[in-house]
Amino acid sequence: MATTLVLNGKNITLDADPSMPLLWAIREVAGLTGTKFGCGMAQCGACTVHMDGQAVRSCVLPLSAVAGKHITTIEGLESKPAKAVQAAWVKLQVPQCGYCQSGQIMSATALLERNAAPSDADIDAAMNGNICRCATYARIRDAIHEAADTLKA
Amino acid sequence: MTTRLDLPELQQPSRRTFLKSAGVAAAGLLIGFQWIGSGGRAMAADPAEGTFAPNAFLRIGPDDSVTVIAKHVEMGQGAYTGIATILAEELDADWRKVRVESAPADAERYANLAWGKMQGTGGSSAMANSWMQLREAGAKARAMLIAAAAAAWNVPVSELTTREGVVHHAASGRQASYGSLAAAASKLPVPENVTLKSPEEFRLVGRQAPRVDAAAKSDGTAQFTLDVTMPGMLVALLQRPPQFGATVKSFDASAAKAVPGVVSVVQVPRGVAVVAQGFWAAKQGRDALKVEWDDSKAEKRSSDAMLAEYRQLAEKPGLPARVEGDAATALAGAAKTVSASYEFPYLAHAPMEPLDAVVKLTADRCEIWTGAQFQTIDQANAAKTAGLEPQQVTIHTLYAGGSFGRRANPGSDYIVEAVSIAKALGANGTPVKLQWTREDDIHGGLYRPMYVHKLEAGLDAEGKLIGWRHRIVGQSILAGTPFEQMMVKDGVDHTSVEGAANLPYAIPNMSVELTTTQAGVPVLWWRVVGSSHTAFAVEAFIDEAAQAAGQDPLAFRRALLAKQPRLLGVLELAAEKAGWDPAKPLPKGRGRGIAVAEAFNTYVAQVAEVTVDEKGQVKVDRVVCAVDCGTPINPDIIAAQMEGGIGFGLGAVMHSAITLKDGKVEQNNFDGYQVLRIAEMPKVEVHIVPSGEAPTGVGEPGVAPVGPAVANAIFAATGKRVHTLPFLSQGRLA
Ligand code: FES
Ligand code: FES
Repeated sequence: MATTLVLNGKNITLDADPSMPLLWAIREVAGLTGTKFGCGMAQCGACTVHMDGQAVRSCVLPLSAVAGKHITTIEGLESKPAKAVQAAWVKLQVPQCGYCQSGQIMSATALLERNAAPSDADIDAAMNGNICRCATYARIRDAIHEAADTLKA
Repeated sequence: MTTRLDLPELQQPSRRTFLKSAGVAAAGLLIGFQWIGSGGRAMAADPAEGTFAPNAFLRIGPDDSVTVIAKHVEMGQGAYTGIATILAEELDADWRKVRVESAPADAERYANLAWGKMQGTGGSSAMANSWMQLREAGAKARAMLIAAAAAAWNVPVSELTTREGVVHHAASGRQASYGSLAAAASKLPVPENVTLKSPEEFRLVGRQAPRVDAAAKSDGTAQFTLDVTMPGMLVALLQRPPQFGATVKSFDASAAKAVPGVVSVVQVPRGVAVVAQGFWAAKQGRDALKVEWDDSKAEKRSSDAMLAEYRQLAEKPGLPARVEGDAATALAGAAKTVSASYEFPYLAHAPMEPLDAVVKLTADRCEIWTGAQFQTIDQANAAKTAGLEPQQVTIHTLYAGGSFGRRANPGSDYIVEAVSIAKALGANGTPVKLQWTREDDIHGGLYRPMYVHKLEAGLDAEGKLIGWRHRIVGQSILAGTPFEQMMVKDGVDHTSVEGAANLPYAIPNMSVELTTTQAGVPVLWWRVVGSSHTAFAVEAFIDEAAQAAGQDPLAFRRALLAKQPRLLGVLELAAEKAGWDPAKPLPKGRGRGIAVAEAFNTYVAQVAEVTVDEKGQVKVDRVVCAVDCGTPINPDIIAAQMEGGIGFGLGAVMHSAITLKDGKVEQNNFDGYQVLRIAEMPKVEVHIVPSGEAPTGVGEPGVAPVGPAVANAIFAATGKRVHTLPFLSQGRLA
């Protein structure tokens, strides 16, 4: 069965089991591997993508639920906040093993797209679903502030 | 001292293989051995024309590219950047041109020098063992580039200087990039001796060399094993037994095979594998699989029952791990005694990337892609499983999505599983990716062991510590592994007692004892190994002793560490930066705690500040950390490893536990096995002690003091001691 959606700005038809989680459709059918698998049950955020601008966990979202939706993955990030987040990530040297960071960046970008000047508490609330086993959390917080500052400037 | 041993069944790669111990240092995880016959030499492709490749660690291309070949895995700890920094320093390379490539598995060329002839990463040893080796590699290459320029320009070598990848001749104003000299340099002999830089000449070491992997890890392009894909590749999920030690009795694959995309269902030694065209089909297939297990040899106990047994054992003497004076007499005659027990659960490593490996197996060759941490052992185990010689096994080491010790396992569990599946499929060259799920990871064993510690201290009338007894009860990590002969001495597994047997406090009468238990739960080292529990027990208890002596915890430690300058140094630095002042306690409901530890020859002290509310909810507000790791190579990575170590350790002491009910693990995923999340991450300040000593590692030591520092802060805030980990239950102090 085929599902049509807008993936990173392009119409795409994915021929796969409609119950297949979006995560695996993106990775194994569309061939975009930046989005990671960490838990498969919306516990860790490694698989975070944007659906119509909202951060969602692609590991629990069946392909059938995204027909016609706009899905953005780490590969498709283009917005100003997204670029500011990625630049801040490099500047503050956030990643360690790096495995969680696509998901972190997707969550951070979604936060900045709706809240240009988040407080620490806003950041904690928006990012609490994204686990980093390397515990890069302090730098994630700083990098989101840094990105917010560069967007203001 | 040289020990010879035969490897246990699973790890034995060939009859010729034996381990040779160069002795075990009493106080450090210093092991030395050789895997003779296992040095599978997978030669890299011949370097391109005009490339300068003077040694196994470096290639300079005619385009000025500098490729550093890393013998250590990059799993987040910053090894790639550290390795590149050391080599580029002596080479005087242009940092912007430096790239890092992973070395093939090859114990001949890429051994961890701290371990003898074995390639691998662990024990926070990457920088320590690479330091002189890579400095020399860089300096010799630089000397050859200079010699090439001197010959071309017909000037003496002494008139030439280098800077950022360019050779300069000041007198004539001539200059040449390393790339332009590469072809000529490659024809010159490698010099025997070179002069290394003095520390004042360092341009990269001790500065902020940016991580070589930060950009790729911020745009989704970094390649992990999860991301490996190749034509015709299949994905396998393995159904393992519900209890450790159970085996397959029978299985019914009909429903699994009916799932579209499932290609095959095969039995392997560790269970039944469902092999499919992709993850989702394999997962659905595995869900549909019916397996009957033979549990006659399985571990069926509950962890509660084991813990009860451990508590009883802690009341009895164990094997001596350290004896000073006469602890029994000192305790009996003490003016005041204190005692306390501490209980530690099994812990999973739960690296963010669930374990995975891609294997391509044919009749005479096995190719593996994975975030390998013990390449030489993995190569030997894979060869044994495949029925090949280690030389026929190639390992491509990829970025590892975390490890924390999990991938450094003597049995290479997940790699052996992947090879066994490829073999069961006919060794026909079809690439197979074995993918663990998070549930597989949480249920998968090789946990940090469960332990009970019982401590007793005796004080004289002046409040001086005169006696110390420390009993540790738990499983041995190394029993039954190739490391046993080197690191288990007279029944005492070094990894069970490190951090306790080498107690740095000056106490005249001391007895550290170990009782090793047997259980069917497989165990393994977990970030900072023994100090993941010993540092907690020692540093929480020394605080209890200070309280009994009526002394400030900092002053009490200081007096006992007079002969430990580096420990004292970090202790004082952390205290000073944190504003430690017994005369000015924090307001009600808040508290400050301190702890200090040495691990892998790195010294770390931390001061934690916590707030505890009336409901018993704990917030760790701030951790001030001081670290002495010898010459700091990449200060920002040192800071990052302290920050990460603090978060990692904090999550464990607050939340994490693996428990068993009738032999079955009760946690499944991150809902049950909880780890630190961002809202609980304290502010962290890291202070690095300036040092000219040889560099030591930073991946693990930052984990050791955070638990006890927080526990001691909780006491300062509430008057309650933490004796059981994790210390939160339903989000509150238990
Ligand atoms: S993989 Fe989706 S939230 Fe963890
Ligand atoms: S950087 Fe390793 S899990 Fe986040």
